[in-house]
Amino acid sequence: MREALINTLFKLAGNDTELMLLTADLGYGVFEEFEETYPNQYLNVGVSEQNMIGVASGLALEKKKVFVYSIGNFPTLRCLEQIRNDACYHELNVNIIASGGGFSYGGLGMSHHATEDLSIMRSLPGATVIAPATEYEVRASVMALYQNKGLGYLRLDKSKVDTANEYMGDFSIGKANKLRSGNDFTLIAIGGITEEAIKAADELSKKGIECTVLSMCTLKPIDKESIVDACLNTKGIVTIEENNLMGGLGSAVSEVCLDNNIRPNFFKRIGMKDEYSSIVGDQLFLRSFYGMDSKTIIKSIDKFISRNLI
Amino acid sequence: MKSATTEELAKKIRIHAVNMVNKGGSSHIGSILSIVDILAVLYGDVMNYKVENLKWKDRDRFILSKGHAGVGVYAVLAECGFFDIRDLDKHYQNGSVFSGHVSHKGVPGVEFSTGSLGHGLPVSSGIALAAKINNQEYKTYVLLSDGELNEGSNWESLLFSSHHGLNKLIAIIDRNRLQSMKPTEETLSLEPLVNKLEAFGWHVVEVDGHDHGELNSALLLNTDKPLMIVANTVKGKGVSFMENKIEWHYKTPKGKYFKQAIQDIIGKT
Repeated sequence: MREALINTLFKLAGNDTELMLLTADLGYGVFEEFEETYPNQYLNVGVSEQNMIGVASGLALEKKKVFVYSIGNFPTLRCLEQIRNDACYHELNVNIIASGGGFSYGGLGMSHHATEDLSIMRSLPGATVIAPATEYEVRASVMALYQNKGLGYLRLDKSKVDTANEYMGDFSIGKANKLRSGNDFTLIAIGGITEEAIKAADELSKKGIECTVLSMCTLKPIDKESIVDACLNTKGIVTIEENNLMGGLGSAVSEVCLDNNIRPNFFKRIGMKDEYSSIVGDQLFLRSFYGMDSKTIIKSIDKFISRNLI
Repeated sequence: MKSATTEELAKKIRIHAVNMVNKGGSSHIGSILSIVDILAVLYGDVMNYKVENLKWKDRDRFILSKGHAGVGVYAVLAECGFFDIRDLDKHYQNGSVFSGHVSHKGVPGVEFSTGSLGHGLPVSSGIALAAKINNQEYKTYVLLSDGELNEGSNWESLLFSSHHGLNKLIAIIDRNRLQSMKPTEETLSLEPLVNKLEAFGWHVVEVDGHDHGELNSALLLNTDKPLMIVANTVKGKGVSFMENKIEWHYKTPKGKYFKQAIQDIIGKT
């Protein structure tokens, strides 16, 4: 996903000298060409995330279109108040990119597990929150954030949905990306973990259960229409996120359902169950360990079917 | 500027400040009075701006990082014609935009909202960096409290600003030596402050923060480094019973205290 990111930023920077890319001393092997080509549009501010958001806000006050980069929780939780007070309140075009969403850096330990960022960033008024599942969504969301006003948050992931399944249609902020169609259940996922939803849908299909898979790449503003549609036209919803269940995708989807006075026949949220991981492992291992993989999705649907005999 | 001199402007700001805090029942009068002379010299003499064109691209920028002294900024802006002086009566009233901590929304002339400490300097350095990139000549002024220097974000920014040679960035420290609960040196000592700031690569000058001549000269200095003005001030300056008294960080002057405060200010020339 980082390659899709830098290629898109590279193109945009070539056409707009007002675009600036700031990093808090991360991105080794990724940003060198950008720095060499656009030295006046690139800045490594050093390991200082609070300062980075402040500088980005100052630049954006002077009409620069700013992207800031770091990994995991560093560009979000570390400097949350700068994001809230300096960037969001002033409605500035500051776009925060965090590489290493969820358990991307599973082996590095708890400090590098980004499992609350979606919930926290979503709660900031005026923020646009995006976590792409495919490289196409990365490219399209960077373009969209560049044009969008206000604070943007882009969570990138080590994992992604296989490009063979990419939907190359129009991307717009606030619209879910339908990666697969089916009439039985709707799997709504966000970020790289959407690959587990695709995998589960493939397996269920072998048993004659057809699922729609929505990549809810824009968590905020959320695509209410597609959620209501899923409630009304499929037998139930499973949400999948590599994030705490508190306040994340599952919460957002359930809010839409209840706000619209609709209750799906079946509703299951899959994600971190309000805990930190004190063990390490690669992304797939940790998903499996915490019950966030395709097997969990399949099991929950099988259980519902056996109870309800549908 | 409507006032003939910056001294006269300062007196008016002090009167507004005491009136506003009294009427609003708000706090921080000591911190506000501490920076009045700095604000008067900045807006009355030093800074370039056009009240009829708030977004004039060559205007000098000012950010109050110690947002709790926002009353002082509201008062100086009103006196300098940014908005109607009668609007000052709205401070701290229900439904008003004139909050205790300075906010830009709905208040002409306020460049940036603050309130949580340690935010103003990094943002100001971003504004100054934009000027450097765009080859613009405006200056960016930012006013910090001394207690605020406890916040680590300032030290990140001190490193950043000198590394990038932001020589049109001017930071002023309101060095009144008192913070929220005790003197700065008893809380988290800052001294030797000038040496520390110089070690961080800034051009540092120390002035009497109530001497308009000294302030004026310092604020207009041209250097090849970011400029730091350590302004030695008195918290509560201009009101005898408030000077150097921590309690006036919180208390609202009411009744006889209010009358005495106004009397003290009017009595001074």
